[in-house]
Amino acid sequence: MAQTHAVEPTRRDFLYVATGSFAAVGAAFAVWPLIDQMNPDASVLALASIEVDISSIPEGQESTFKWRGKPVFIRHRTDAEIAAAEADDAAALPDPESDSARLRPGPSGELEKKWLVVIGVCTHLGCVPLSYRGEYDGYFCPCHGSVYDTSGRIRKGPAPTNLEVPPYEFVSDSRILIG
Amino acid sequence: MSHQSTYTPGNAFSRWMDERLPVMRLVNDSFVDYPVPKNLNYWWTFGAVLSFCLAVQIVTGIVLAMHYVPTTELAFASVEHIMRDVNYGWLIRYVHSNGASMFFIAVYIHMFRGLYYGSYKAPREVLWILGVLIYLLMMATAFFGYVLPWGQMSFWGATVITNLFGAIPLVGEALRTWLWGDFAVGDPTLNRFFSLHYLFPFLIAGVVVLHIWALHVTGQNNPAGIEVKDPKKDTVAFTPYATMKDAFGLAIFMILFSYFVFFNPNALGEPDNYIVADPLVTPAHIVPEWYLLPFYAILRAVPDKLGGVVLMFGAIAILFVLPWLDTSKVRSARFRPLFKQFFWIFVVACIGLGYCGGQSPDKILIAVGDGGFDVTDLSRILTIYYFAHFLILFPLLGLIEKPKPLPESIAASVLGSEPAKS
Ligand code: HEM
Ligand code: FES
Repeated sequence: MAQTHAVEPTRRDFLYVATGSFAAVGAAFAVWPLIDQMNPDASVLALASIEVDISSIPEGQESTFKWRGKPVFIRHRTDAEIAAAEADDAAALPDPESDSARLRPGPSGELEKKWLVVIGVCTHLGCVPLSYRGEYDGYFCPCHGSVYDTSGRIRKGPAPTNLEVPPYEFVSDSRILIG
Repeated sequence: MSHQSTYTPGNAFSRWMDERLPVMRLVNDSFVDYPVPKNLNYWWTFGAVLSFCLAVQIVTGIVLAMHYVPTTELAFASVEHIMRDVNYGWLIRYVHSNGASMFFIAVYIHMFRGLYYGSYKAPREVLWILGVLIYLLMMATAFFGYVLPWGQMSFWGATVITNLFGAIPLVGEALRTWLWGDFAVGDPTLNRFFSLHYLFPFLIAGVVVLHIWALHVTGQNNPAGIEVKDPKKDTVAFTPYATMKDAFGLAIFMILFSYFVFFNPNALGEPDNYIVADPLVTPAHIVPEWYLLPFYAILRAVPDKLGGVVLMFGAIAILFVLPWLDTSKVRSARFRPLFKQFFWIFVVACIGLGYCGGQSPDKILIAVGDGGFDVTDLSRILTIYYFAHFLILFPLLGLIEKPKPLPESIAASVLGSEPAKS
């Protein structure tokens, strides 16, 4: 009789387990604020979009703007650069994407082929690539040697993906809203 | 070896204290009467050197924190202020920044010592694992510290290292943003790194206590790699023998330390870190501090992002399982002719990786036609050797090698083959 008592769960065992589980769940809830406080806070999130004037960027040149603490490259592409980017749509790309998929329409609804807007952060480990450098005259990352083309697509080196295109739209012919 | 306590309180107060909180007994049994093998050489003084380094970093660090400001606006200027205006600020900062390098010189010697004399083998596995843990914490601490002056290398080093975590599938990006507290390395990042840089050395101190505790349970290994048989013949008292030897080793070490602090304080640093951080321009050649270069070379040797990160962390993780990869029962390389040769090849490979990590990856070493054998090729060969050393040679050597005969006892190894006079 005494033996079966020791083996079979009692009401007290149940209470122990229930109390313990409740305490564990409570502890997990208490830890969450301590973890989540490290995520971007309200003031960081508030700075999330910028509007820039692109009329001062001549053809064949590029300007850099700071958005969310990162550089954004806005490149006024020449016809030759556009042609090179489009021709390479058919090349073997590590991260296949057509040039047109990386561009956005202007106010008229037509694709703005002259304007390439990419985040200037190498998709390998985050360095800022150098413009108009490397085999494809697009970008070259000095850190570990990734090479991008005139569409910001990765062509060579350790970076896994193309330069990211930020969310943006043309608010007029000469102004872009990023973010 | 856990030995019988030999402490006898000398006066009424220490007797009273001993019955309430026996700290004096602990100190006596750990650092005075504690028996150490009598054949320890100078490679065994680096434990004391390391304790000294930790103390120096904590003391100078706490003082620096009285003047340093952890914001992106003011961090760089506050370090310049420490250098120019604060009384002896230049000295304190140079001791702290060179102290980090000296700390790593000492820890690398300490670790290679352990590898050479087989100190990681049974029964010292836990002692070794705690050591690797301290090494990991040291790297994290030094990384956080290097970000604080907010120069170009601080910023870009922080960017590259935190981006490593972005390579983790699924959760990588969220984890990276969480580490940053922003969408790039910025103010929140600097502030939390300062908080963690202050915390980690005290975590290290905690693990050091466990490390020494484990050491005093198993007793020290020694150059002969054999256990103490007769404490009377094989050991001497920690004080004065080990204390004095440690003090002498430390004095020599401090000469080297002083050379860097007083005559060449920026030799081990990067000039680019005297340029204030600019999130829009990456320096042409970014490199981590010298003590992280071998791992950086392994990272770059792999053409795949995730693969590089996995191998880099793997290179450290493998140290944790070392005790179980080595199949040889003989500890000391003195009696392992093959292992001894491969040990030195391994040292050269590590230095070679360090060299590669500091060079531009496409630098040509041996020109052949247009291209040739470049730094990346060399890093690949050395990376393969690094892993092969542990994963292939460690298990294999123990099986094929014929060790030399071990000395009868520590006393016999000190006094030659003749039986020790007692
Ligand atoms: C394991 C021990 C420690 C290591 C390896 C270490 C390493 C470093 C390194 C490499 C730097 C950058 C130095 C430079 O280039 O200027 C640094 C800076 C700094 N550390 Fe530490 N540190 C340690 C302990 C501490 C502690 C305990 C504190 C106390 C708060 C501290 C406070 C600071 C401060 C305020 C700076 C910024 C000032 C400066 O850059 O010189 N450190 N640390
Ligand atoms: S960060 Fe650009 S190649 Fe590594």
